[in-house]
Formats: sequence, structure tokens, C-alpha cells
Amino acid sequence: MGLLSFKGGIHPYDGKELSKEKPIQSILPKGDLVYPLSQHIGAPAVATVKKGDRILVGQKLAKAGGFVSAPIHASVSGTVKGIEPRLIVTGVMSDSIIVENDHQYEKVEYHPTDSLKSLSKEEILKRIQEGGVVGMGGAGFPTHVKLSPKEPEKIEYVLVNGAECEPYLTSDYRRMLEEPELVVGGLKCILQLFDNAKGYICIEDNKPDCIAKMQEFIKNEPRIEVKTLRTKYPQGAERCLIFAATGREVDSSMLPADAGCVVDNVDTVAAVYKSVMWGQPLMHRIVTVTGNAIADPRNFSVCTGSILEELIEEAGGFKEQPKKIISGGPMMGFGLYDLQVPTTKTSSALLCLTKDDVSESPTTPCINCGRCVDVCPANLLPSKLATFANEYQEESFVQFDGMECVECGCCSFSCPAKRPLAQSIKSVRRMILANRKKPK
Amino acid sequence: MSELLHVSSSPHIRSKVNTSNIMLMVVIALLPATLFGIYTFGPNALLLVLLSVATCVTTEGIYEHFMHLPITIKDYSAVITGLLLALNLPAGAPWWIPVIGGVFAILVVKQLFGGLGQNFMNPALAGRCFLLISFTGIMTDFTVPANAWGNVLDTVSGATPLAALKAGEQVDILSMFFGNTTGTIGETSTLAILIGAVFLLAVKVIDLRIPLSYIGSFAVFLLLFGGHGFDLQYLAAHLCGGGLMLGVWFMATDYVTTPITKKGQYVYGIILGVLTGLFRIFGGSAEGVSYAIIFGNLLIPLIEKYTRPTAFGKGGKKL
Repeated sequence: MGLLSFKGGIHPYDGKELSKEKPIQSILPKGDLVYPLSQHIGAPAVATVKKGDRILVGQKLAKAGGFVSAPIHASVSGTVKGIEPRLIVTGVMSDSIIVENDHQYEKVEYHPTDSLKSLSKEEILKRIQEGGVVGMGGAGFPTHVKLSPKEPEKIEYVLVNGAECEPYLTSDYRRMLEEPELVVGGLKCILQLFDNAKGYICIEDNKPDCIAKMQEFIKNEPRIEVKTLRTKYPQGAERCLIFAATGREVDSSMLPADAGCVVDNVDTVAAVYKSVMWGQPLMHRIVTVTGNAIADPRNFSVCTGSILEELIEEAGGFKEQPKKIISGGPMMGFGLYDLQVPTTKTSSALLCLTKDDVSESPTTPCINCGRCVDVCPANLLPSKLATFANEYQEESFVQFDGMECVECGCCSFSCPAKRPLAQSIKSVRRMILANRKKPK
Repeated sequence: MSELLHVSSSPHIRSKVNTSNIMLMVVIALLPATLFGIYTFGPNALLLVLLSVATCVTTEGIYEHFMHLPITIKDYSAVITGLLLALNLPAGAPWWIPVIGGVFAILVVKQLFGGLGQNFMNPALAGRCFLLISFTGIMTDFTVPANAWGNVLDTVSGATPLAALKAGEQVDILSMFFGNTTGTIGETSTLAILIGAVFLLAVKVIDLRIPLSYIGSFAVFLLLFGGHGFDLQYLAAHLCGGGLMLGVWFMATDYVTTPITKKGQYVYGIILGVLTGLFRIFGGSAEGVSYAIIFGNLLIPLIEKYTRPTAFGKGGKKL
């Protein structure tokens, strides 16, 4: 059987060998913790604690600011030092709750459940919502919203995204290898919500050990299958994944639910399991600290709110002067200029590179080679869109389907003239989206 | 931290392919045909190749210097133009032919329209057609130079195989394939050109979309309107003869002057095939590839307009 895939895409150097073999190691924060109120898509959370409050592990620090929002929980016990704006990974300031760690790790009482079957659909959703679970692949969309489509009976596939197509990242890989029971368990929780759905665990074929492990774990699960995907970036992009696994196409005007699909990242599914079965909210995540500037690349289980600089110290510090530090993968992550930034629910990696391809490759004129067209998973003409974007020809940009761009960055990666295609397209696309949201 | 960190929008990595190394691949791919041409036609061919490349590169450098533009001669694109122009010249041409052609190609066709990536026609071909119209006698005199090194099957008055074919004479397909015939410097050996083409395909600088649709539509046109019915011998002679192979693999695939859409590339290839057939069978001269390609170049904006791909999932049905 041919491997499941999509049209377009690229094969960058994957760098996963740096951290692939390193087991997940739990690390504890040293300094203060910073919990930005806005670490998900949607309304910021609203703080429910005030300066001077004593808080416990798992205690809610902020409640959801609306339906499309998520609460935030403490990952340590200690005292609230204040609520003030702090720099976050995207480079903006966000109001954050600062907590002084007392290193006691005194917990609130969780309310586990004995059996999934005893929970109603509403109870499951409630537990996910109260657990503050958001999409941990990067977008941070509140999971309970994703799992509450208008017509749940029309959902036919629940896809667990284990593609991990971004180079260097190995956090999902380690999760699937070390804690497959959490992934399968979380998927079972989600399947409980959708009576007509099948569960697919989708993994790229560069992780045969994960595929074998998962297959063993789902032997007795009639509703769950493992799907092997071709290793190619951006295989884990939602639209590409849906197409590869089910053959269905989703465009920008549709939600996955419109194609009968729900897609959740491996780590998100594990968080669903913990909040549904153990009653434990989302307060840890796996972060890959890697790159050729790092002395000892690792996969850490980190308390959310930990300062990124501490992770680098835990990984042995820098062996070489880094040129570029990225939160996330090299294709879609954020460049950082300061390491005094907190880990959030969506921080999948901290990548430290000694070389910056972008500043080292000067831009030359487009030679019309068509590589960007060949690799575009959205089937667009990136070179033309970038020209429209640079000249701010909004009408042509929209007419040439610029709004369908998934911002994967394949065009910029493959451009021999080193033009910043994705960067140009992204900025104009976001400007147009922002203008559309403005009240007329 | 002692050094400031770089910050930019994602993606943060780039592939190793860049414009210069793509162009260098094309130069390498042109070497078999160039060396074979020099070997066949002797010292004058060598002189023409060197002069043509030198003219193109210096014209580009001087123009950019005086216009205060970044000097781009290191990207090998002018080298390719010079090589292609030389390969399209008869071996007996005087020294000033490649000089005039090179200046025209680089200055008028490429730089005046904005330099690399902006020319609307293939510069080498436009240069060749300019020379063909201005100096028809010289450009169509394919007499093999007296001091040639190779062992060329010299036909009466140096007629090219295609001209012979058009006059109703018999041609030897095997010697056309290996290049023991007369013609321009680079077009005679189908084998040498194919070696370069296979190399370009292997390093993924070109793909088969344009070449196959070009050759395919040309073959169909020839079988339908060639007046020889289903005559494979005749077809093979046409495929190996004249500038077709050089045009198909090295000029019809020039990035700048091809449509960027995949569908458009098939359409472009088909148009070139039909035009080449039209010019060769019904035209006044035996040759047609150069005119077909530069004419096809002019149609590109139109082709691109009507072959825009549909965005992924667009208009998809909601369940």
C-alpha cells in the first residue's frame, strides 16, 4: 500500500537525531513562574487570584474569559507576586500572573474517575474545559470548543496528529513511545463524545518504533487504527493531515468538522486523558530543547510558566554561541530575542541554532522557476502572491486565493532566490483578516 | 548573552538550492554539446563560443556598473545566454556575429527589461533571431570550416539534414543522432544534448512537463500534416534534426520564459510543438524551433492567466 500523503511539501534536514534518543526527563522550575493570561486562541483568561494569595499545584489561577477561552492552572505551590505585563514568545507583552515558588509542591485534591463509561458526554467536555486543555501542537485552540461541533453525530474521524513533521522536534515522538497509554486513553475519551467516529492515530513513517508501539496498544480497540503517513513537511498541518488520512479536502472557509473530522495533537490527547480520568488540569508539557548550539539536547517535561532560560541551563547550556533561538520548530516557530520568556501550553520546543539561514542568504530576483508552486500544499502561486503582497494589491491577493495560505513556509524554504515569500504572504494575509474583523 | 540574537518571521531555514547553483548545473549540462561542437567544427567554433560568453558576461557587468546596479555576473545566467547563443551559430560565422548577438541579447532583451527574471523572451534565442534576420546569409551558411577537427559527413554545399529533408533527399538518422552532420555548433549531436538533459533531470533542475508535451505535440503534428503519413523514419529525422533537441531541453525549459503554472507548462509545450511543426512544414525555411519558442514566450502571460490552479479544497463540499 502506498503511504498516505498530500500534494506538495518539502524534505528539510530533520535534525531529530539530536534529541530522539533522550527519554523525557521531568524538571522543576528554579525561579518565579510566569503564567500569561493569553496562551490560547480566543479571549484571554481572567485572573481569579490576587497579589499575596497562597496557591497550590493544580489550583485555578485564571478562569476562561468566554466560551472560546481556557482557564489557567498553577504548576507549583507558592505565593502570587502580582499580575503584570510580561514578554511572551510571540514578541508581545501579555498580562501575566507571577508566582513565587515555595518548592513544596502542595497539591489541590483532584477528582479522578473510575470509569470513562460512567461519565456523560457533558461531563467529559466539562472536565476537558475545566482542565484548561488547548491544542498543544502550536495553535492553542481550546480543545473543548473543537470537541463541541454543532452536529457531533456527523463526526466520522477523530485524528490524532502524531506526524510531528517540523524538523528537530521530538516531544510527540517521546510521548508516543513512552506513554502510549495516555494517547490511546485520551483518544478513547474523545471517541466517547462521537458515537459514529473512528479514531486514527496518524504517524509519519520515520517513526516506525512509535507505529509498532501504538499498533500493539490498540490491538483490542475496534474503533482505533494507526495510519502511517509519508514523512514530509507539512504532513502535520491540519488540512494536509485530513487529506492524507481520509482523502477529504478542507479549505479556509471550512472547519475540519465540516469534513466530519476532528484533529488533535498527541500531547493534547494525553492532556485530555489526564483531565478526564485523573481530574488533573494541564500544567506540564514536553519541550524539546535542541539545536547545534545546545550542549546536551533533551526532552523535558516542564511546568508551564517556567522561564525558558532555565531549560537551556538544564540542557547543559550553550556549547557554541547561538545566532538564532526559536520557540517551536524551524518552519513555523517564533524567533526569540530574549530568554526571559515563560513556557506556555503551546511551547513544543526551544531550538538554538548557530547559523541563521535567513540572514545569510541574500535575496536575488525571482527566476520564475516554479519551485514554490510545486511545494505549496495549498496549491497556490506563492511567487505571484508575494508580489501582490509586497505591492499591497489586496484585491489581486484575494482573487489569487492568498487567503487559502496555511503559512507552512514551504515556499520560502525552497525558493532558490531566497525571497521571503511566506513572510510577505503571511503579513498581508493577517492584515486582511484583521481588517475583516473590524466592525464596519 | 554576549551577542544579539537574530529575529525574523518563520520559516527560519532555507534549502541549499540557490540561483547560482541552478545556473551552474545548466552550464555543466551544456558542456557535452559545446565540447562536441568544438571538437566537430574546430578552432573557429571554439573562438565563437569564447567570444559569445565573454561578450554576454562583460555586457552585463558594464551595464550594471554604469546603472549602479548590483553586479550579477557571478550567477552564471549571462554565461548560459552566451553559451546558448554560440551553440545556435553556424561554425563558420565571423567573430563579430557573437559579439553583436551577445550585446543584443543581454543589453536589449535582458537588461533593458529589468535584468534577471524580467526578460519576456529567451535572450539567447532573441539574439539568434535578430542575427538571423539581419545577417541571413551568414547565419544560414552551414559550410563546415576547412580546419575542422571532426569527421563530418559533408553534404553538397553544406546543407543541414533538415534542409536536405525538405528538399526531399535522404538523410542518415544514425549520423544525425551522433552528430556527424552539419548544423549550428551545438545542435548537431542529439546524443550530447540528451546527456546534458538527463543530467538536468537527475539534479531536478528541469522536469518532463514541457519537453514531453513539446516533443509529443510536435510528433503528432508531423504525423498528421507532415505529408509522409505514419513514417517513423521521417519522424526520427525531424526529432534529431535542426535545433529541436537543443530547444526542447535547454531553451523551452528556461525558467524565466516559461509559465509558472503546471497546467500552463503543458499548454506551453503543446503550443511550441504545434508552432514548430507549422514553421518547419509550411514555413519558408527548414528551421522553426527558435521562432516557435520566442513566439511562445509572448503567449506566457495569457497562458498563465487561464491555467491558474484551484486552491486546495476550494469549493469543497461540507457534509
